[in-house]
Amino acid sequence: MQDSTLTSPAKGSQKKFVFGGILIIAAIILLIITNTRAGAQYFLTVDEIIERQEEITGKDIRVSGAVLGETIEYDTENLIIKFEVAHVPGDNKEIDAQGGLALVLHQAVNNPDANRIFVVYEGVMPDLLQNEAQAIMTGKIGEDGIFYASELLLKCPTKYEEAIPDQSANS
Amino acid sequence: MLPNLGYGSLVITLIVSIYAIVSAVIGERKNLYKYVESARLALLLTFPLLTLTVISIVILLVNQNYEVQYVYNVTSSTMPLYLKVTALWGGQAGSLVFWAWLMAAFGTAVTLRKWDRDLDLLPWVIIVSSVTLVFFLIMIIAFENPFIRFWTLPSGGELVAMFAPAGSQLIHPFDGRGLNPLLRHPGMIIHPPMLYLGFVSFVIPYAFGMAALITGRKDDRWIRLTRRWTLVAWMFLSIGLILGSRWAYDVLGWGGYWAWDPVENAAFMPWLSGTAFLHSVMIQEKRGLFKRWNMILVIFTYSLVIFGTFLTRSGVLSSVHAFAQSAIGPMFFIFIGLSFIISLAFLIKRWDELRSEGIMTSLLSRESLFLINNLLFIGILVVVFWGTVYPLISELFTGQKVTVGPPFYNSTTGPLFVGLLLLMGIAPLSAWGHSTWKTLGKALWIPAIGSLILLVVLLVSGVRSIGALIGLTVASLAAFVTIYEFWRGMKARHKRSGENYLVALWKLTVRNRRRYGGYVIHLSVVFMAIGIIGIELFQTETQGRIAPGESLSLAGYTVTFKNLAEFDVADGRNVARAVLSVSKNGKDLGELYPRRDFYYDSQQPMTIPGVRSTVEDDLYIILVNWEQISSMGATFKVFHNPLINWLWYGGFLLVVGSFIAAWPDPEKEIELVPSRILRKETGKLVSKP
Repeated sequence: MQDSTLTSPAKGSQKKFVFGGILIIAAIILLIITNTRAGAQYFLTVDEIIERQEEITGKDIRVSGAVLGETIEYDTENLIIKFEVAHVPGDNKEIDAQGGLALVLHQAVNNPDANRIFVVYEGVMPDLLQNEAQAIMTGKIGEDGIFYASELLLKCPTKYEEAIPDQSANS
Repeated sequence: MLPNLGYGSLVITLIVSIYAIVSAVIGERKNLYKYVESARLALLLTFPLLTLTVISIVILLVNQNYEVQYVYNVTSSTMPLYLKVTALWGGQAGSLVFWAWLMAAFGTAVTLRKWDRDLDLLPWVIIVSSVTLVFFLIMIIAFENPFIRFWTLPSGGELVAMFAPAGSQLIHPFDGRGLNPLLRHPGMIIHPPMLYLGFVSFVIPYAFGMAALITGRKDDRWIRLTRRWTLVAWMFLSIGLILGSRWAYDVLGWGGYWAWDPVENAAFMPWLSGTAFLHSVMIQEKRGLFKRWNMILVIFTYSLVIFGTFLTRSGVLSSVHAFAQSAIGPMFFIFIGLSFIISLAFLIKRWDELRSEGIMTSLLSRESLFLINNLLFIGILVVVFWGTVYPLISELFTGQKVTVGPPFYNSTTGPLFVGLLLLMGIAPLSAWGHSTWKTLGKALWIPAIGSLILLVVLLVSGVRSIGALIGLTVASLAAFVTIYEFWRGMKARHKRSGENYLVALWKLTVRNRRRYGGYVIHLSVVFMAIGIIGIELFQTETQGRIAPGESLSLAGYTVTFKNLAEFDVADGRNVARAVLSVSKNGKDLGELYPRRDFYYDSQQPMTIPGVRSTVEDDLYIILVNWEQISSMGATFKVFHNPLINWLWYGGFLLVVGSFIAAWPDPEKEIELVPSRILRKETGKLVSKP
């Protein structure tokens, strides 16, 4: 370090910075790669889960489906929620093409031919868990074909939908 | 007609801003000051014009003009006045107007400053600010007009439009749909404006950076001019993030504060690049290094700011915070892409001119540690960006949508955050230019002993979590170093001037605001780290159904269910409110009231936790469910969140530190350079030989 001063920069003295920088960047990349592998969750639809059940059993899965209101069972003693969800497309564009999320959810719930899976979730009853809500769940599929959700997010599209009000009076 | 007035002034603002761009370009090309001055005055005009638009919207909201679609969508008659006013940013159209209004305000503020020394930068600052403003105005006018109204056509059909179709009549709904109940929270009232203030004020450093790049000024003038802007922008962004976390903690009722949700990430990313920028500009000021890097950082921050606005507003990624969906997404994408490419093109053009004025020599020098700091911040940014867009990337390349959850973020950013905390402990003690282990060690050993003692205390008291041990030890080192720095400075001053300790501390801070303000911010980060370690690693929970008189126990607390009542409130809610008494080790601590509000207008329930906050922990109780006859009992979920409040204390301290660092220095008024004053008199921007 003696030979390098501000006025006469030696090329060699810069090497350690390049080396150190590369080391840090490599460490960050390594962290990202290993943790992406460990933390990856497959985003599947109900149809895909049924199709590929054996292959994905035990893996972390994220699935979205339309909640069937009358199937909701809530054990308030042990905080266990059971319900069924029906298949909805996983792609936003596909949903839009079919007339928007609210309509797609409505049709999924009322279509007896749509694929359905059982869901078991342990926890507090979410405010938005109701008929025709979109449930976005994270968890694992068991050997029994039941989806054990560890995380449950809900969306009710009708709440934010923009529409012309029906309760109106002409001036 | 108020909607027409507001809309008209929007359109005029657009015309005026386009004029500002054209006039500034002409002035710059012809090197004539009068054109630039005209552009400056035009930009000044945008603020009062948009103020008129904002006032129109607010009056419409307060007057309950439900024939206006925006008013119908975000307010209802049962909402209190303050919520009606703040509904200005409760929906998409309004919040874009609010964004544009802030942009106009900052554009005005920046053009009002003394420009004598930097007339050459002025046209470009005007152009960059105006282009950003024009983009938002076009978005509002073309896609998200807040003034469109409901009409009935003569044929009986209904329509939403700005102007009355022939023969049609206005529809006046009886009541609006009301603001989403989740947004009716004090944190939500100030959180969006803070975030937007942060977003918009980062446009100004970018505008100056671009101006310097385009005009080819190689000095660090643009950095000195915008230092305070950057700091203030950073502070607002920080407050916005902290308030957002607080809102999630208070309202979403899941016992957490941060979920690595795409929208949270969108606000976090410009903060990360902004924080890196805030540090690395110091190296350019002191040593003339990293000029290109700083340009890259400011370009990134600007793009991420627009990207953040876009993510919250587009519905591209599903999120609990994305309250609006619309077609403006692609437009945002194009704007970000274009501005990013153009900025990079200018940077490449000036690449060779922005050579560093020196080189780094010592690995332990301040600049070298700042470089590592930057690498870590950008590393975290890359991690967050990767996690946010990973579903899109994986789908593109494998056809399989794969997401990564909070565990990915926690385990990837965790080590990087620990690295940053460690740097925060070491870097303030290292010298510019040259530092060795020996000089560093001399300054470091006293604080290091303090941290080791803490580590031993933690081990003895039974803490076995590796993460907590490392995190708290490293955080405490940063705290001890910072306090030690204050102490050393204060003692030296006391010895030299004979002032008493308090006066010495005060004067020390006031004389070196930037440095000691920064230290206060460092301390605030340590506070927040303590809070985050507390809740992330030591949170415990229990749940159960209990009848009146029965209890649940958690972490030494006992909560006993007393009773529950259900009643209607005048503002359109049905409230179910439980009363619980809390005691700890037999000592009575009062009552908590977790409740569930049901909003009739939006048919949406909302869970409000009952929380008891102390310095050491929060007891956080959620009312989960109850029987109609309250004697049957109710279900509660109880969280024990140790140290969480340090996160919020840290937030306050951060604001204090930012104010200290950003406060103007009266003693260092910039002297005017005669040659530059002459320029103004000659009417030229740049004096050419």
